[in-house]
Amino acid sequence: MSIRLSTGGRLIDRTQTLSFTFNGVRYQGYQGDTLASALLANGQTLLGRSFKYHRPRGVVTSGAEEPNALMNLGTGARFEPNQRATTTRLFAGLEARSQNHWPSLKYDVGALNSALSPLFSAGFYYKTFIHPRPFWKHIFEPVIRQSAGLGAAPTQGDPDTYEHYYATVDVLVVGGGVAGLAAAREAVAAGARVLVLEQGEAWGGRALVDGGDIDGHAPDLWAAQTVAELAQEGAQMRLRTMAAGVYDHGYVLAYERIADHTPGDGRPRHRLWRIRAGQVVTATGAIERPLSFAGNDTPGVMLASAVRDYLSLYGVACGERTVVVTNNDDGYRTALALVEAGCEVPAVLDARPDHDSDLVQQARAAGLRLLFDTGVKKVEGGAHIQRVIAAPMSGNGPSETIACDCLAMSGGWSPVVHLWSHCGGKLLWDDARAMFKPDLTRPPLGAQGQGFVVPGGAASGALLAHEALEDGANAGRDAVRALGLSPASTPLAQVNAQTDETPLRPVWIMPNGADYALRSKAFLDFQNDVKVSDVQLAAQEGFESVEHTKRYTTLGMATDQGKLSNINGLAILADALGKPIPQVGTTTFRPPYTPISMGAIAGEARDELFKPTRKTPMDAWHDDNGAQWEPVSDWRRPYTYTRSGESMDQAVTREILNTRQNVGLLDASTLGKILVKGPDAGAFLDLIYTNMMSTLRPGRCRYGLMCTENGFLFDDGVVVRLNEDTYLCHTTSGGSDRVHAWMEEWLQTEWWDMKVYVANVTEQYARVAVVGPQARTVLERLGGMDVSREALPFMAFSDGTLGNIPARVHRISFSGELSYEIAIPASQGLAFWQACLRAGEDLGIQPYGTEALHVMRAEKGFIMIGDETDGTVIPQDLGLSWAISKKKDDFIGKRAMERSHLASPDRQQLVGLLTENPKTVLPDGAHAVEGGKLPGDAPRPIGFVTSTYFSPTLGRSIAMALVERGSRRMGETLAFNTAKDVWVRAKIVDPVFFDKEGARQNV
Amino acid sequence: MLLLTCPYCGVSAEETEFHPGGEAHLTREGPGTKNDAFEAYLFYRKNPRGVHFERWRHVYGCGKWFHVARCTQTLEVFGSYSAQVSEPPEEILTKIKDRRPDWSDAP
Repeated sequence: MSIRLSTGGRLIDRTQTLSFTFNGVRYQGYQGDTLASALLANGQTLLGRSFKYHRPRGVVTSGAEEPNALMNLGTGARFEPNQRATTTRLFAGLEARSQNHWPSLKYDVGALNSALSPLFSAGFYYKTFIHPRPFWKHIFEPVIRQSAGLGAAPTQGDPDTYEHYYATVDVLVVGGGVAGLAAAREAVAAGARVLVLEQGEAWGGRALVDGGDIDGHAPDLWAAQTVAELAQEGAQMRLRTMAAGVYDHGYVLAYERIADHTPGDGRPRHRLWRIRAGQVVTATGAIERPLSFAGNDTPGVMLASAVRDYLSLYGVACGERTVVVTNNDDGYRTALALVEAGCEVPAVLDARPDHDSDLVQQARAAGLRLLFDTGVKKVEGGAHIQRVIAAPMSGNGPSETIACDCLAMSGGWSPVVHLWSHCGGKLLWDDARAMFKPDLTRPPLGAQGQGFVVPGGAASGALLAHEALEDGANAGRDAVRALGLSPASTPLAQVNAQTDETPLRPVWIMPNGADYALRSKAFLDFQNDVKVSDVQLAAQEGFESVEHTKRYTTLGMATDQGKLSNINGLAILADALGKPIPQVGTTTFRPPYTPISMGAIAGEARDELFKPTRKTPMDAWHDDNGAQWEPVSDWRRPYTYTRSGESMDQAVTREILNTRQNVGLLDASTLGKILVKGPDAGAFLDLIYTNMMSTLRPGRCRYGLMCTENGFLFDDGVVVRLNEDTYLCHTTSGGSDRVHAWMEEWLQTEWWDMKVYVANVTEQYARVAVVGPQARTVLERLGGMDVSREALPFMAFSDGTLGNIPARVHRISFSGELSYEIAIPASQGLAFWQACLRAGEDLGIQPYGTEALHVMRAEKGFIMIGDETDGTVIPQDLGLSWAISKKKDDFIGKRAMERSHLASPDRQQLVGLLTENPKTVLPDGAHAVEGGKLPGDAPRPIGFVTSTYFSPTLGRSIAMALVERGSRRMGETLAFNTAKDVWVRAKIVDPVFFDKEGARQNV
Repeated sequence: MLLLTCPYCGVSAEETEFHPGGEAHLTREGPGTKNDAFEAYLFYRKNPRGVHFERWRHVYGCGKWFHVARCTQTLEVFGSYSAQVSEPPEEILTKIKDRRPDWSDAP
């Protein structure tokens, strides 16, 4: 039974009691507790159920590497699953629930899986759920979906705010232990700008527990003093900030948990630091490894360092009788600390032969019973450990049963090399210490080819406090030198906790020669329930690569990313393959080091800030007048303007008929406008467009097409020539940025000798189309310039004023009606729009939206980029051969059109379609199918619908389609498949459905 | 995220301030060229593991296109230079050979 001792606990404040709940039951903890330490203080050792077998699990560690103690935290909108109790700071009112069990933590139906575990060996998904086929949909999938996953997903929107923060520093120190602080001191002393990040709640790292005295002070005091000095010298110091990943050229992401322990206090909950560092010192410490023996996942079996941490930092004894099992000297520290705190330690099991290091001598002096060459054969107890079966490491010989309620295990330490490895730092296997550590000769490289990460302290393999401090200081000096600064000579702090240690004995399975029954209860990955036997089975089945074995067994693929399991697992794999460990290698380390919130990644980029909407100068008027919005690239445009009691379809019909009969008004401000200017502007546009632009006369407009080098049509629009050396190119609404960039690219990278400038002036102008038989009357009433047929013929433009507003008036038409498109300065767009409405009021003027625009252009057979084109369509397919110059030597796409496939007469071509039933509107994209009537004649699609509407003008449906050899199929009837076994018959006709002669627009 | 320097405005900035444009120093094949040459111009790229010449645009800065010589394996940047040249300048080649004595730009 774990309990709070009456004294001790460096990090807790016993004068401040905090009340919290776990599974609905109220408990008390202290200020400074983690959720895990507070639960242990209350005797709660059963904290969850495992993922696959639903085995009872308790807390194993005291830090970020925790695999088991995952909690659902909070309620309602602040509910969050899979939070590690070991890194969750306790606060008053915290609500935690355990995960992965039903109906309760104590009684769990899923635990049946454990009894069936032989069925759930490595790769069982792949082997089991294959036959019979119908089982998959009706049995396997629903059951797996019900039982898969750990925590529950939140159901409400996140009420908290998050932010990004940018920092540029000379030296980033990751880790606030003695090594990190020593490195920071060196960097600050040399005059570097320094940022120090510590993921935990306190400075000092492991030294708080194992550091003895530093410079004559308790380690927490030394750390506090050093931190204060560093801050004084200008270093930025951040607690609760985890460096999540190291990226190219010194880019680092870090995750600061600002308000997790003060929910709803108005501060951003998390902050994502986006750091550019000259040098990164990774003083990230080391993680203790578990030992692999049967029942090593039973609640009460913990890392020896964690047992020591809870005792020393939180005044919590994880058991009343604690057995220690170790393969190295470090385990003795736990035994000694427990004895000193008055806890019972019935035995220390040391896998090594009898030896006499400093710590062993101290243990003997403390009267501890030491069993050498001995390991744990098995742990017994269900929801909590009750006894340990100790046995000789050889696997032979008498075993001994030792009653206990806690087992502290130490399998040696693994440096935290994640950040070193993220961007390409390589590792070395240190055989003497059985650990991977950074290969200092092969660091990740920066822009100049220099190494930019320096590991320091335990992260570099310097495990003991005094070693770590010295190594950290050296790392700081190395970083400073790499930046071209000179290290100052600062005296090294002195640690009084030096010991001579006996090397560890690598132990990957305990005891040697453990039989299958034992190996199949010896867990490597606690969170994903991967056992020693699973990895051995994978090796036996031919999974030789560690990356394959990982995926086959799911070793290291849980939310803890294998922080405890990877080294043990690959050692087992290496043994099974008969290869040395370095030859098997590690899996790839990938960011983030521990999970970070989606909120932090998004930062402020959510809701309306996620992607700002582009709005025209008349946007507010539309919004006030019934606009139903439609997104058009980054813009929003009115799809239609509904009146009270009117459906969208009715509104569109009204707008079309009114425009064709009276006069309509369209906000066309989104139209792209690119100014092209210079002595070579005409020659340049001749290369950009398929047709000739250099022959266009000033004052005239010409429709033009743009193709890619592949010959495919990608944008279209009207080009106007303002004067001898200036053109204005209109593009599609969505295409203006793309076309502008396209022109810049060709000008800068291919035809850089041409004297041409281009500028995107899209937002400088508002644009209003006045369309319909009464359009001219409206403009004449505004007054200021001659807009008559003679002065301003079709495809001409003129500059002047209308109603005292500067205007460029174009006689172009996308509807087939008499139409003026008027460009005015953006600032006067709304005024001009309202002036038109007033001038046309008695003529029945009404605004129309994009849907009416689309229907009217389809009635005229005009193509729309993105409807009639899809990136594989060439102008010839659309009957636009007239717009492809035969006189020009070159234009973009010309060479491609020489290819046989693009010149083929069998290509799909644009046609019009009239359904046999005029009321039937074909669905967009419906396919026409040919063949299939005779045996051996497979049906195949020969074309598809590209635009389809009900035309109010014609009182019937119309459609356009791309059909194989379409231009030679006029009058043919095709069947379009619209649903399973439903066919709609339609006749192929000319795509111009209305006023083919253009009589209406040429008035 | 790479750090790149725009040779026009001299700014060193985050990769996100730039836009990549693929392999540099391609020769455009216009009308009348052989099919093989045109196919290679449109579709074939070197994609080396090692020294590479790339096009980048300072899209959220001065807007200029430029070239970068860098190592795709180690992420070292040897230098950036004008886009308005048809082969890497001598100065850049020297920088590359200083750090990659065995490298050869022969196709």
